[in-house]
Amino acid sequence: MRLLRTVTLACVLLLALTACVRGEEGGGAAGPAAGGSEGGSEIAAATGPIKIWYSNNEFEIEWAKAVVKAWNSDHPDEKVTAQEIPAGETSEEVIQASIAAGNTPCLIYNTSPAAVPQFEKQGGLVALDEFSDGASYVEERVGDKAQQYQSPDGSYYQLPWKANPVMIFYNKKLLQEAGIDAQNPPLATYDEFYETSKKIVDSGTAKAAIWPSPASQFFQPWFDYYPLFAAQTDGTQLVEEGESQFADEAGMAVADFWRRMYDENLSPKEEATGDAFAEEQSAMAIVGPWAIAAYEAVEWGAAPVPTQDGTPPEETYTFSDAKSVALYSSCENRGTAWEFLKFSTSEEQDGQLLELTGQMPMRDGLTETYAEYFEENPAYEQFADQNARTVEVPNVPNSIEMWQTFRDAYSASVIFGDEQIEPALTGAAEEINGLVSEG
Amino acid sequence: MAAASATAAGDQVPRRPLLQRLFGRHPVGQVFAAPYVLFWFALFAYPLGLALYMSVHEYFFAAPGADVQRPFVGLANYTEVLSDPSVRRAALNVLIFLVINVPLTVVFGLVLATILNTALPLRAFFRAAYYVPYVTASVAMVGVWLWLFSGGGLVNSLLGPLAPDPTWLVNSLWAMPIIALFATWKQLGFYVLLYLAALQNIPDTLYEAAKVDGAGVFKRFTNVTVPGVRSATALVVILATITGANFFTEPYLLTGGGGPNGASVSPVLLMYQEGIQQGNAGYAAAIGVVLAIVVMVLSLINRQLLEEE
Repeated sequence: MRLLRTVTLACVLLLALTACVRGEEGGGAAGPAAGGSEGGSEIAAATGPIKIWYSNNEFEIEWAKAVVKAWNSDHPDEKVTAQEIPAGETSEEVIQASIAAGNTPCLIYNTSPAAVPQFEKQGGLVALDEFSDGASYVEERVGDKAQQYQSPDGSYYQLPWKANPVMIFYNKKLLQEAGIDAQNPPLATYDEFYETSKKIVDSGTAKAAIWPSPASQFFQPWFDYYPLFAAQTDGTQLVEEGESQFADEAGMAVADFWRRMYDENLSPKEEATGDAFAEEQSAMAIVGPWAIAAYEAVEWGAAPVPTQDGTPPEETYTFSDAKSVALYSSCENRGTAWEFLKFSTSEEQDGQLLELTGQMPMRDGLTETYAEYFEENPAYEQFADQNARTVEVPNVPNSIEMWQTFRDAYSASVIFGDEQIEPALTGAAEEINGLVSEG
Repeated sequence: MAAASATAAGDQVPRRPLLQRLFGRHPVGQVFAAPYVLFWFALFAYPLGLALYMSVHEYFFAAPGADVQRPFVGLANYTEVLSDPSVRRAALNVLIFLVINVPLTVVFGLVLATILNTALPLRAFFRAAYYVPYVTASVAMVGVWLWLFSGGGLVNSLLGPLAPDPTWLVNSLWAMPIIALFATWKQLGFYVLLYLAALQNIPDTLYEAAKVDGAGVFKRFTNVTVPGVRSATALVVILATITGANFFTEPYLLTGGGGPNGASVSPVLLMYQEGIQQGNAGYAAAIGVVLAIVVMVLSLINRQLLEEE
């Protein structure tokens, strides 16, 4: 009897709590998050102090501090307070939590394009089209590539800011030791890449030819499958017009290439315990221009990612590994945020970004605009040239879930070989078609 | 008649003051209890209510005041959870984990505690040494185990041709047992401490009597020590089951997110992937509710089987 009374009391309590939760859900006061409502235009024009977050990369910190200082000296009434993005497992998780808590800053200079659809769904982002020159600013800055950053509703919820177009980085010393022409290594076709890799591993020069992470996180395909897929398909995104693009001959060819690398132990199936390229455990890596400063001690060379039959470097596409700037809906002084966003992505500040970080501003005509810089820093020129041919992650609903679905199928069939490639990728393609149509 | 009325009136219990009726004989006691009650509501009851609410909605975390749709979906999340192959695999992994982790924890915990309870040279050092992994950050410990069990690691160097291929942490057969061993080793210090505390309650006279009756070391262990720490064993089993069913760090860090190919995925890792990474908080909450129910049932069974009257 006593037990029955306790259980009944517990049930009543839980029901009451559930009702409380329900009450809270419905009773949220409309704040600035409800942008686009009646007061939308007023909010868009509001000026005053704002907060921004930037990446914790030491070079970017230097850039951000300089930009903020320059702005604040000319705008004492619209002071920008900047800080590094708070520590977390990934920036996306930190931002997601911050959106839910309603304490995002006005601008975040480290917004992953893959996370934009999710942030948008959360009501965490402001469409830049809200500003009279919003869409035109994005399109003038990025050129034709702007459409890759457009959301399905036709709005821009992000300003493409900088890219790290990925290429094959190789260690010249290790290649030489393996008896390979280190000045011009044969890496253009899948067969050439495979033969070069085999020579490296068979000679015992390095444990691995190339060591992409075999881990199963959703973002890992961006550094193994996706760059090669972009190259093999001359710049096709994983999903276009709501349809998966990888379950065809080109997509399977890329998967077959990697399966061969794993089967022959040229790429290990286990995670490296450190930085495999820096520690000379692997002779090659898929990296962006950030690697030039990071691997200063290595005598390196760079080549475009391979394709099945080889593609001229000036025609080879790759993954952009870009980051955007987004304006968050908890921002009250959006007028200032928009003006600061334009200031910080002006030609002058982009030049500073390039100078200080070596990362490529997402801007049309990059090599012409900063010709002097590339003359002085020829190592970056190859990446700048590659920057003209990049593919972004698709801006589709359920973007993260889509990548996780792809990664799971890829892990099962390509890395661990537990399944046949064709049915695994075809199944993933169908599942992804369903996911992206849910939006 | 008058006498009867007087008796009835005399039996009547006088009504207590309102304050006492509401807050008991000692209202100040309620004041002392209030902070914990508030703590319990804020950190247990409210999140539990919220989890139940989320699990029956197509829920995701949204900005305050944002106009978003999170429709009621009834038990759809639960039916999806129960038919999801990843969840089934995670449930199997929990089973593998518990089958290895719980018995090893009980056996090694008790044996080590018994040894450390004797007059051992360097006893204080050993007691501290077994506790060190428990208080050391998991990330650091995972780093050591990655080094031990990687392809070119110490274990494979010792085993030579006997090393499994693919190596331990990318071998779908070995990944879960290694994770269970890691967790057992890491948590052992805590359980040794529980057993050490329980051993202090066994009177020396029992050991002396057993000795007089001719019992050797093993007999004294099985007939005096094991029954003497029975309530501690029940606690150890229940705690090991609860923490075991919630394992997350190990597959997240040791096997690169539940690899190889999902062979070491856990329910909590799935909740993290679904709820935090992919924004399906309603689905993740349904996994959490199912997991909580399963753990409660397992704990009740353990309690029934192991606890003394």
